[in-house]
Amino acid sequence: MARYAVLIFEKVPPEQLPPEVMRGHMELPDRIAERGGRVLAGLALEPEATATSIRGDVLTDGPFIETKEALGGIYLLEARDLDHALALAGMTPIVDGGVEVRPLIDFAVLEAP
Amino acid sequence: MLAATVRVTRDLDLAEEAVQDAYERALRTWPRDGVPDRPAAWLVTVAKRTALNLLRRRRTLEAKLPLLVERGGEEDEEGDALFPDDRLRLIFICCHPALGREAQVALTLRLVCGVVTPDVAQAFLVSEPTMAARLTRAKKKIAAARIPFAVPAAEELPARLDAALAVIHLLYATGHTAPSGESLVRDELTGRALGLARMLVALLPREREAAGLLALLLVHEARRRSRTDAEGRFLRLADQDRSAWDQALIAQADALIVGALEAGPPGRFVLQAAIAALHAQAPSYDATDWPQILALYGELLRVWPSPVVALNRAVALAEVDGPAAGLAAVEALEEDGRLAGYRYLHSTKADLLQRLDRPAEAAAAYREALELAGNAAEQEFLGERLRALT
Repeated sequence: MARYAVLIFEKVPPEQLPPEVMRGHMELPDRIAERGGRVLAGLALEPEATATSIRGDVLTDGPFIETKEALGGIYLLEARDLDHALALAGMTPIVDGGVEVRPLIDFAVLEAP
Repeated sequence: MLAATVRVTRDLDLAEEAVQDAYERALRTWPRDGVPDRPAAWLVTVAKRTALNLLRRRRTLEAKLPLLVERGGEEDEEGDALFPDDRLRLIFICCHPALGREAQVALTLRLVCGVVTPDVAQAFLVSEPTMAARLTRAKKKIAAARIPFAVPAAEELPARLDAALAVIHLLYATGHTAPSGESLVRDELTGRALGLARMLVALLPREREAAGLLALLLVHEARRRSRTDAEGRFLRLADQDRSAWDQALIAQADALIVGALEAGPPGRFVLQAAIAALHAQAPSYDATDWPQILALYGELLRVWPSPVVALNRAVALAEVDGPAAGLAAVEALEEDGRLAGYRYLHSTKADLLQRLDRPAEAAAAYREALELAGNAAEQEFLGERLRALT
């Protein structure tokens, strides 16, 4: 199986997501499993206001890249190929934004020793 | 052949290498041992074997090479029978929507048609290193993201087929109206595009849009030689020599269109073909069935809302309801803004203004069109129209 990172970009901050969208996120791994894929891990990020960036030796308050849609979370997806991955990632509940699907190098997940 | 080899290797670069190798071997051994009974099958078998060997060698080098071989159940000796599906898979991988349009077109020319990279570069007016880099980037994405080498599932087929048809259409258009340079027509590209369209119709006989694209290209092809005069200058539809149009091609197109229309509601390619065929079958510009063309453009705008279609509809409207109605539609489009850089918007407006006897405004519009015109033939045409006014 191939593995991809799915990056979720969302304009609506996490604390304002409607309950049905939150529920959609909770149910996503099961729905993906029903369609022959697998969610290996998920990272839900605190809002951008809590981010600290380091550029050289300068610290700044906020995300590294300012975008209209903030990076809200990432999950690790296992799928047969890109078409399968795109079909599965397309089920991610989104209010205003979208997702980016990125293959992992050698489709491998690197784990801490 | 490349298609059949890719299925085994799942790696485009490797497959290209293996195919080249098979040809070289044929050049060495055929003169000595005679040509085999089924040369194509021989080449495929040799290429597949070479690919597998290369792959094994690579594997020992890179233990973690992502999987690539499809095993088992290969009817190797039935090579010929496997060809059609593999070609189809190759087209769909080259025209995958995860690749940019430029990459899709370049890959299709390089891998499906076998055009060498310097020629692909020339067709799109970029340097060879630029094109080579574009191809490499695309092939790398296919491998790294694992874009599947497969014919799309039935529910995805319409959208994926549409992308493939758009690529072929663009290929033809690039050859038809070369964006710059001396010659208006590049036979090589138009011929390749026609070949691809024929192939898709043969491989997917039930897909009406594929038939529509082929019909559209056939009508373009039938009229191609009359688009310019003896000196290579661009001629308007009204001024073209209709007796020079290839009636046999037009009849072929017509049969395809009728068949597609009978089979179900038309998509954008069938509608475009039907419009082009109506033009091609009219005895003269004035005797064209404009009301029917206007109705078809209305339908086309519904299935494919695009400002370019709306502009063409405005031209038909001018023929049915007069130039003032056409101009109003063009001006509405101008306000919309999306066609500001589109030369045909300005030349259409100029033509309508001229017909309404407003020469100063017409001249201004011609000047705007002239600024945007790409190739020498078009520039000369527009320049002449402008001189006639002033």
